[in-house]
Amino acid sequence: MDGVVKLRIREVLKGDQNAYGEIVELYKDKVFQLCYRMLGNHHEAEDIAQEAFIRAYVNIARFNMELKFSTWIYRIATNLCIDRIRKKKPDFYLDAEVSGTDGLTMYSQVAAETNLPEEDLESIELQEAIQRAISKLPEKYRTVIVLKYIEELSLNEISEILDMPLGTVKTRIHRGRESLRQQLRNV
Amino acid sequence: MVCPDKYISYMHEYLDGGISVEQERQLKEHLQQCPKCQSHFHELEKTVALLQSTGSLKTSDNFTAKVMESLPKEKRKAGIQRWFRRHPLLTAATLFLVLMMGSMVSSWNQGDEFTVSKQANLVVENNTVIVPEGEVVEGDIVVRNGDIRIEGKVNGNVTVVNGEKYLASVGEVTGEIEEINAVFDWIWYQMKNFFAAIGELFTGAEETKEQSQEVAVFQ
Ligand SMILES: [Zn+2]
Repeated sequence: MDGVVKLRIREVLKGDQNAYGEIVELYKDKVFQLCYRMLGNHHEAEDIAQEAFIRAYVNIARFNMELKFSTWIYRIATNLCIDRIRKKKPDFYLDAEVSGTDGLTMYSQVAAETNLPEEDLESIELQEAIQRAISKLPEKYRTVIVLKYIEELSLNEISEILDMPLGTVKTRIHRGRESLRQQLRNV
Repeated sequence: MVCPDKYISYMHEYLDGGISVEQERQLKEHLQQCPKCQSHFHELEKTVALLQSTGSLKTSDNFTAKVMESLPKEKRKAGIQRWFRRHPLLTAATLFLVLMMGSMVSSWNQGDEFTVSKQANLVVENNTVIVPEGEVVEGDIVVRNGDIRIEGKVNGNVTVVNGEKYLASVGEVTGEIEEINAVFDWIWYQMKNFFAAIGELFTGAEETKEQSQEVAVFQ
């Protein structure tokens, strides 16, 4: 896949905008998912994911071909998510209560509309609990946890995306995992 | 009993797949005799399993379209380049027509009047200058927009502009013979320029070179 992507990037570099559409198609769900788990809000996540792709396009001349495109787009998306979280900081405590609410309404709506069997309802509740727990993590732990467990990236890739030493990535994952353990042990 | 912190670190190392054989042995040994650490370890494993159980999410259907609409408009040149790449035959045909027109325009502009320097013993037949066999022409001969056939002797240079020279085996020129074919030179020049430009359109070589020099990483 990486070969195809680099080919498309070369076309984009020559100014062929259509080639970029194919790149967006390949990564959109992963990037959206990253944003959703970081922000806990569907609309916001889609906005930020789109913004990430637009920024990547505008700066494509600065893309280092030695990197994987995924590393680069994840980096841009992660930075945008962190910016967004920080902007919301002033009313962080107000928001903390409702952090997972969007997920909650989304899942509950699905549940209400489709009349799901008992075990699916349980799994929906579980999914809500997991998203709430992620949303409560401080952003520096949330980022590494999402990259590792939602995006299933290696520690090395995470270290590259965040431009952070491997040791720091490990420490943050350990702390994030401990914090989630305390929140999730009784679900 | 308070357990040493190292066992918690070992658990995380284990979960990250970075634990050494010796540390793993110590951890297992400890877990077998310490219910508190055992439940801690199970809770961590459960946490990981829960995180991994999250289903994958999909964007809305018009996601890509929305991104593409929001991109800054592409340069016109790029559109032309794409057209050339996708229509190679039409590109070749266009190129041919442009060159044809170019050569016609050039010969039109130059005028096609047949002229020849005035000398004794020269014979002119249908835009062809003839130095007849057995004759000697003194001085340089210049022919424009016509040909020259040399069967006799020329004591001087022969220059043919926009025409061709024929030197018979018995013919002789004491000076230099030169053909300046302005039209073909002009076309050749145009073709070289054109192919260079087209080549660049196809490869975008110049542009890519510029851009690959900037490899700074986006922060
Ligand atoms: Zn213990």
